Amino acid sequence: MAHGPAKGFTRWLYTTNHKDIGSMYLWFSFAMFLLGGVFALVIRAELFEPGLQIVEPELFNQMTTMHGLVMVFGAVMPAFVGLANWMIPMMLGAPDMALPRMNNWSFWILPFAFAMMTSTLFMEGGAPNFGWTFYAPLSTTYAPPSVTFFIFAVHIMGASSIMGAINIIATIMNMRAPGMTYMKMPLFVWTWFITAYLLIAVMPVLAGVVTMMLFDIHFGTSFFDAAGGGDPVLFQHVFWFFGHPEVYIMILPAFGIVSAIIPTFARKPLFGYSSMVYATASIAFLSFVVWAHHMFTVGMPLAGELAFMYMTMLIAVPTGVKVFNWVTTMFKGSMTFETPMLFSIAFVILFSIGGFSGLMLAIAPADFQYHDTYFVVAHFHYVLVPGAIFSITAGVYYWLPKWCGNMYNETMGKTHFWTAFIGLNLTFFPMHFAGLSGMPRRIPDYNMMFADWNMISSVGAFLFGAAQILFLFNVIATIRGGKKATDEVWENPEGLEWTVASPAPYHTFSKPPQVS
Amino acid sequence: MSSNQDNAVEHEEYYVPEQSKLPIFASIGLFLTVWGAANWLNGNANGPMYFFGGSLMFAFVLWNWFSIVISENIQGLNSPQLKKSYVIGMAWFIFSEVMFFAAFFGALFYVRSLAGPWLAGEGEQGLGNDILWPGYEHEWPVMTTPDMAANGDSATMRGPEQNMSNPGLANWLGWLPFWNTAILLTSSVTCHIAHGALKKDNRRQFNLWLGLTVLLGIGFIILQIEEYVHAYNEMGLTLESGIYGATFFLLTGFHGAHVTLGTFMLLVMLLRSVLKGHFKSSDHFGFESASWYWHFVDVVWVGLFLYVYVFG
Ligand code: HEM
Ligand SMILES: [Cu+2]
Repeated sequence: MAHGPAKGFTRWLYTTNHKDIGSMYLWFSFAMFLLGGVFALVIRAELFEPGLQIVEPELFNQMTTMHGLVMVFGAVMPAFVGLANWMIPMMLGAPDMALPRMNNWSFWILPFAFAMMTSTLFMEGGAPNFGWTFYAPLSTTYAPPSVTFFIFAVHIMGASSIMGAINIIATIMNMRAPGMTYMKMPLFVWTWFITAYLLIAVMPVLAGVVTMMLFDIHFGTSFFDAAGGGDPVLFQHVFWFFGHPEVYIMILPAFGIVSAIIPTFARKPLFGYSSMVYATASIAFLSFVVWAHHMFTVGMPLAGELAFMYMTMLIAVPTGVKVFNWVTTMFKGSMTFETPMLFSIAFVILFSIGGFSGLMLAIAPADFQYHDTYFVVAHFHYVLVPGAIFSITAGVYYWLPKWCGNMYNETMGKTHFWTAFIGLNLTFFPMHFAGLSGMPRRIPDYNMMFADWNMISSVGAFLFGAAQILFLFNVIATIRGGKKATDEVWENPEGLEWTVASPAPYHTFSKPPQVS
Repeated sequence: MSSNQDNAVEHEEYYVPEQSKLPIFASIGLFLTVWGAANWLNGNANGPMYFFGGSLMFAFVLWNWFSIVISENIQGLNSPQLKKSYVIGMAWFIFSEVMFFAAFFGALFYVRSLAGPWLAGEGEQGLGNDILWPGYEHEWPVMTTPDMAANGDSATMRGPEQNMSNPGLANWLGWLPFWNTAILLTSSVTCHIAHGALKKDNRRQFNLWLGLTVLLGIGFIILQIEEYVHAYNEMGLTLESGIYGATFFLLTGFHGAHVTLGTFMLLVMLLRSVLKGHFKSSDHFGFESASWYWHFVDVVWVGLFLYVYVFG
């Protein structure tokens, strides 16, 4: 196994190497991030002013739907899997992922799935237009014909996720170097371990719900049709049983990343390691019993409203433990503010804002007011953009020197950070106010009274978009050259990945290290 | 935390295949299959071509994939550690299948015990009943759909004429699902006996009991087909028979598909044993994973038998 990578294009097609596969996941995810970003900018351009100017309402709906789907399934999830591929074997002292061929298969399904999904934009009747949550009967009785392609795309990307998750679990359970006990694993590995269980538990449920849609659409069943004794609300229950754990799938690995970065730049060990592990596990466990907080206004019995409300609020406790631990890690540390650290600190602050708006939404009677307004849009963008996306970005800056052996340009990195930081707050903070004053989500036109907030949001969105070009440029420049990175890269960072050379050799740990 | 030679000796090398053409071709095959299926369902003429071409390609790649994995094992490339990866992989794959069925069982319970009564006007959730579906009364199986209750003969969403539910204990001997249960439970036992024989390296017994398991699996499938034909032709029970038909056919249908796959897996194991003499008492995870799958399919059936048929 002493060889380097194969030559030519087939290296990428046939590879079984976790680093190659990790890189492909990350590049794929970035491409999807840009595509989803373009859809978002179409939305923001239309909403720059009241009135209809750029796109027809029909296309607007396709844009909101495709934006959500592409970002969730194409950008955020594959990026985390890419990081897992690169880092988990190196962090555990393993030679590769446990099932290397299946690993490559999990990746290569994705480009096909998304080609299929994106091709719906060019089909008769247009792309899916029912929102990323695809509620029946909008997605069944009233859906465009392309919904069939959407369903099958979800099926195969679900298969990809399940195989990826199985691989991660097998790697973590079976490939740890001698001495690497579970409670010595880096938190990124722990959070991914738990995330992988969430994936295996809920992706099949997503497959189940799209299968029921498929049968309602093409084979005359009446799962979501009250006329035949079914119930459209059934769709929402099954979807959110998948959907809420899904949002945690998009944030738990993020917790792992910032838990790696903050100690390095605070020059202190992570505060409360084991409480972090237990908090992650509790969040994952609770995520299965809160799904109906997305359905407070659908007409559930009072007992249901109350149960789901209290369970949801309970999640704030382990989440609070985590935020407390990050802050305490930084407390009295000798901190420096390199780009990964800037992104991580912003993560802690802005993710907390998203957590607080989440708590507001969790209060059922209050949610009757906020539901389906821009306040919800503000909430989930605060947890996803400075949450998931910022953590991924931080992780890329943090590990990039290890991957390619060169230091990135710090000035450009910081510029990227501040542009993104200002851009995203300009975009999403005003949405809280627009939402609280009643602006509904998913509409192409709106009342004059919301005009100011929307104009600010649109300006911010284009700024945020521009910042990502800088990111792309910085990454490419780093891969092609730049100051050589040392093996440790940072000052005394913790973890096995820093014990190998920079750039990390094609095969690391063919012989497992002994962990003391 | 540095690498250390002594310790490396204890750890055998973990086999990482150099490169593989399998995954990319599997992806293309899978893509063509679903692309074809979607086109077919949407009435595009070239759909079936892509679908069948893609499925063939996919099946061919999988066949090769399994052959390669088997020959790697025979060549002794698989360390105990690597074998454990396959064990973990199979176990969690089965868990994901459990969750797939859980979605359909969840749908059944929700409709039966919550949504149905609400549609019929129960409690605050049922306030719309007078306007939307006047006259609808909830019973399970739903024979009279809300559409039929409200719109009589002009209803388009109609219930079945007859259902598959429990005919009363006295009639169980003439009741097909009862026999299917007996067959599947027996097959789990025969599969287990086959496993025991293999562990004692008793090849003859292993082939015999495994062969019996495969036959029972085929018997189950035949009876299930018989049941479906009867439902469609004589009972007026189809996929389109309201929510009862929907839950009945999706639950039993996906289960039947899994039985078919499981039987095929066991058949392959039988042929490997009979024709190639594969499997040793100490090394037979290929068979073991198929048997796990079989027991899983069996357990799902017990759930189906209880909630779709007996208390159906
Ligand atoms: C303290 C933790 C959190 C609480 C209490 C919370 C609560 C809620 C509630 C009650 C809603 C429903 C609002 C409505 O539709 O009326 C909601 C929506 C949402 N949340 Fe959270 N949330 C939390 C954290 C997160 C995290 C970490 C993520 C993702 C990383 C997330 C992603 C979302 C998304 C995507 C939606 C909107 C889905 C949609 O309707 O399109 N939330 N949240
Ligand atoms: Cu939620």
